[in-house]
Amino acid sequence: MSELRFDDVTVRYGTARRPFTAVDGVSLTVPEGQVVGLVGESGSGKSTLARAAVGLAPLHSGEILLGGQPVPRRGRVRPLQMVFQDPFSSLDPRMTIGESITEPMPPGPGRAERRAEVERLLTLVHLDPDVAGALPGRLSGGQRQRAALARALAGQPKVVIADEITSALDVSIQGAVLNLVRELQRELGLSMLFISHNLAVVRYVASHVAVMYQGRIVEQGPVSEVLVDPQHAYTRELLAAVPGSRPPTHARPARSTS
Amino acid sequence: MSRRWLRVVRTPLGLTTGLLVTAVLVLAIVAPMLWSDRAEVIDTDHILTGPSGDHWAGTDSLGRDIFFRALVATRLSMELALAATVIGVVVGLVLGSAPLLLGRRLGRLVTAGVNIAVAFPGLLLALFFAVIFGVGATGAVLAIGMASAPSFARLVHTLVAGVAALDYVSAARVAGVGRVRVLLRHVLPNIAEPLVVNATISAGGSLLAFAGLSFLGLGVQAPSYDWGRLLFEGIGMIYVNPAAALAPGLAVLVAGLAFNLFGESVAKGLGVSTVGGRLTVTDEDAASAPALSAGGTDEHALDGSPSDLVLDVQDLRVSFPGPAGPIRPVRGVSFSVRHGEALGVVGESGSGKSLTALAVAQLIEEPGRVDAARLQFRGADLREGPRAHRHLLGTSMAMVFQDPMTSFNPTRRMGGQLAEVAVHHQGMSRKQAMARAVDRLRAVRVPDPEKRATQYPHEFSGGMRQRAMIGMGVMGNPSLIIADEPTTALDVTVQQQVLDLLQAIRDEDDVALVLISHDVTVVGEVCDRVLVMYAGRIVEDLPADQLDGGAQHPYTRALVAAVPDMHTDLEQPLAVVPGRPVSPTDVIVGCPFAPRCPLADDHCRTVDPPLAPVEHGIKVACWHAGEPLGLDEETGELVEADAV
Amino acid sequence: MTTTASSVASTPPTVGRVSGVLSHRWVRFGIRRLGRLLMSLAVLVTASFLMIHLIPGDPVRGALGPTAPTALVEARREALGLNDPLFVQYWHYLQGLFTGDLGTSLTSQLPVADIVSQRLPATLTLAMLGFLVSVAVAVPLGVLMGVVTRRGRGRRSELAFTTTSVVLGTIPDFLIGVGLVYVFGVSLQWLPVAGNATADAYVLPVLALAIGPAAILSRIFRVEMVAVLEADFVRTARAKRLPSRSIYLGHALPNALTAGLTICGLLLGSLVAGTVLVENVFAWPGLGRTIVASILSKDYPVVQAIVLVYGVGVLLANTVVDVALALLDPRSMIAED
Repeated sequence: MSELRFDDVTVRYGTARRPFTAVDGVSLTVPEGQVVGLVGESGSGKSTLARAAVGLAPLHSGEILLGGQPVPRRGRVRPLQMVFQDPFSSLDPRMTIGESITEPMPPGPGRAERRAEVERLLTLVHLDPDVAGALPGRLSGGQRQRAALARALAGQPKVVIADEITSALDVSIQGAVLNLVRELQRELGLSMLFISHNLAVVRYVASHVAVMYQGRIVEQGPVSEVLVDPQHAYTRELLAAVPGSRPPTHARPARSTS
Repeated sequence: MSRRWLRVVRTPLGLTTGLLVTAVLVLAIVAPMLWSDRAEVIDTDHILTGPSGDHWAGTDSLGRDIFFRALVATRLSMELALAATVIGVVVGLVLGSAPLLLGRRLGRLVTAGVNIAVAFPGLLLALFFAVIFGVGATGAVLAIGMASAPSFARLVHTLVAGVAALDYVSAARVAGVGRVRVLLRHVLPNIAEPLVVNATISAGGSLLAFAGLSFLGLGVQAPSYDWGRLLFEGIGMIYVNPAAALAPGLAVLVAGLAFNLFGESVAKGLGVSTVGGRLTVTDEDAASAPALSAGGTDEHALDGSPSDLVLDVQDLRVSFPGPAGPIRPVRGVSFSVRHGEALGVVGESGSGKSLTALAVAQLIEEPGRVDAARLQFRGADLREGPRAHRHLLGTSMAMVFQDPMTSFNPTRRMGGQLAEVAVHHQGMSRKQAMARAVDRLRAVRVPDPEKRATQYPHEFSGGMRQRAMIGMGVMGNPSLIIADEPTTALDVTVQQQVLDLLQAIRDEDDVALVLISHDVTVVGEVCDRVLVMYAGRIVEDLPADQLDGGAQHPYTRALVAAVPDMHTDLEQPLAVVPGRPVSPTDVIVGCPFAPRCPLADDHCRTVDPPLAPVEHGIKVACWHAGEPLGLDEETGELVEADAV
Repeated sequence: MTTTASSVASTPPTVGRVSGVLSHRWVRFGIRRLGRLLMSLAVLVTASFLMIHLIPGDPVRGALGPTAPTALVEARREALGLNDPLFVQYWHYLQGLFTGDLGTSLTSQLPVADIVSQRLPATLTLAMLGFLVSVAVAVPLGVLMGVVTRRGRGRRSELAFTTTSVVLGTIPDFLIGVGLVYVFGVSLQWLPVAGNATADAYVLPVLALAIGPAAILSRIFRVEMVAVLEADFVRTARAKRLPSRSIYLGHALPNALTAGLTICGLLLGSLVAGTVLVENVFAWPGLGRTIVASILSKDYPVVQAIVLVYGVGVLLANTVVDVALALLDPRSMIAED
């Protein structure tokens, strides 16, 4: 089994004298084959938690386990992959899309196999395989984000962490990336930790949701429960703040003076 | 890549300095081979003579020809300068990339050391090292090399840190790529250009620094000679033969400047970002203008008397000069806002929605151009220029910008920034104005306004700053608030509070609002009426309650269906609009949405549809308005209904 | 919206501190800045102490020449304390610094402290005058050029200004000095070119020292001004419909100054060092001539002391600039670190 489990994870930054606790004793499980949404506002620690999982942030205490084993933070084989927010900075501008996708592939297969794998992955994310030879500068934001997803999948991950992957994209393109996430989950049985500040987006792609506030998880559970019957005051406030969740005010007639 | 370098060489400065650098390098190689003899022959009959036909720059105290000595000295001068540069670059590279390789703690130590060293000027470091390494050419090479290392290390460090913070480096590390490989494959290639450029500049600097040391007598020692040494010897006899000092001085100056300026112009050439895409100006915009104004005239007939309007805009156009003719991000926009009305403007990046707002507010500066058939705010014609109605605009039109972090002056206290408005436009004294500022801060629910007014912007949180920005807008008695993405930079919960605040102000004083946003749901919640913009045009103008279900334009319908809300059907894929949004630099023929539109036919692709009224108070610019659309169950792509 | 909810959200962790803490922040800034100064001083003192010991071979033998009798060299070494263990020497060196004892010159046998204090005023005057002249020229010029060439306007004046300032800023001060000597001293014979006996003798050295920094600084102030005029808060000021004077002088200028001030510090430092060369061009009786003469005659105690004095000058200049920066821009206090 390959569930991702955060066990009492704490991440601290700053000096010993002035420590700043970004993530404070978080326990969270991403079950196999499920998409778990992690919501919270900026500074709530959700991205730090993700970065800690892939070894980009130092772990102060606690454990991050993948299938019962600590997540490897060194070496060539990385069963935990991440997709970043900004597709304009997450691909090396000097590497072709194909080279970028090849990078996380586990060592072993030869050149031809790798090329075939790149083609397979590009087709999987609905990109033309010819894109492999292009530099990221030639791709649109949505295409880059698909390529970034393909790169993550190239590492043959057991779990993928998606950190605000739609918030830097134009509105008309977000839908395509969200559709892709759902499709990958359904067809490959991909497990995913899906981080977003947007509850409606999380509701659309995730089966479970965890709400993070000031470094702690204040509520978690199935989407159908948490978003319908929130228990924590902060979750209720988040829900109330979702645009379109309240009766619209435009019923108010525009008065005319003069 | 090569094209960018070509562009550098095409600039007059780049070309001249490039040729000079080449000439200096060639001279360094050939001069000693050709003229060593003439430079070193001692002629005791012609000691310390001035310039003549035989000796263009005169002779020195041993009767040697100074002109040829200056030419021959090119090689030694260049060799020493390049050697020093290499030392500086190598040591700088090692020190500068150390933090990435050594990890946090050791790296911080190296950085701290570099930071201390870099505070001392290069010449002082060079003197220090010159004492240690000893007087002479070798000592001076080491001294200048070591002295230039800290600043180079700082540069490398900054560049490395900049690239290392980018997501693609994180992605590589997540992919299991080792530190050294990350440095070699991802970091160094991406900083190579600035490094090479700075090494070139640094070579020029070394050349000049070397001349300085030799001039002080600390560098090259007789009988060897570089330019600095010649200058050192020449300055002693400047009254006898000024050319003896001027010739080597000129040589060092030309060579040093050549390297330096060549580096600078390369830096400028490579650094400058250019507007991509080509643009040819067509008459197509102008042709479609009458249709639009016609739509606008209708509006008056429908929506009431002009006196009821706060803002009346007809055929608004914004253009900027581009490399291939003007760029037109706003191409003929007409709308009006009634008293107390909330008008939403939605569109994606590049749709021209923000520029429309800035143009209306008269905040577009040269070289941007704003044209309009009519631009009236409370009856005043704004086309007369921003100065003409300064006080009216200052008190009656409030602006709220996207990023509250950068929209306040960081060096001035909050209260003063608010009070300023009242001092300038309402003739209040400073004290009165400050009292008003505190009162306004209270009105926008900033807690403890007396204390807050004395604080600086950075002491406010994002949401608090945006409230203060709104407070600044209500210093006068605004009849219109223009808010450009006022909540995009804020957290969801804070976003709601700011929207509530805007709502409360509108309710209180019957203020009209123009809310610009990329978020259809936000606009749908707050506004009475919505304008949908695409490619610098209004493609649909509809009541907000028609957004969900009543929209006629395929783009509006796609936009609504592409964004999930809390009621989205989980069984259906989200709508996908193929292709990418139009950029202001793109050439547009026909309907700008046609390339992405499932309903488009040849007519759409050739003739731009005008904005025309249909039913339910909706105006739409589409030849196929309201025709049924289906959703491909597999991909979510919008298709013609009968194709499903 | 529920009351609990709004109370949660209105106190995010990053809410600005109340102004009562403002003074604390100044104290914290003062302590940190002082700490950095002391740290740099420690590095400087140690480096100047180690300088003698890093020289390959015996510095005393080097200074006295290969023909000097061994006994004399040994006696000198003993007198200088060079035979003591290193840390003892370091301790004595520090003690000396605190009591104003900088050692004795190897060549003239005079106390180094006397030599330094005798030469320091001339150098200090030169550096300060150079700095004042360059700032007085650079700030108005740069700001004016910034306003004139904002948002891609006045392309020609921008090109002319940038090219001139780059060229002038690149020419080292001693070459400018040589040029000035030739034009005003040798050809026109308008101004004296050596010493500091008369007031007009100051003109050329100060010019030689100030032209380069003035060019660099005015270019920086122009760039800063252009950048500041693009800033969001200037757009806000324009949205407030303030008069141009108030936008340029009230909003843009302070921010442009703040940004340029950092460079001022570095420039002041290099100006101090620049005096070494300029003094040697104009036979200026300051530290710069003395240090070069001492390096050539291997009079290491003098060299050591003057390096220290220059270093302290540079550090003090940087500190003054940082404090000025903190006064102008309150963010810079926290931005560090």
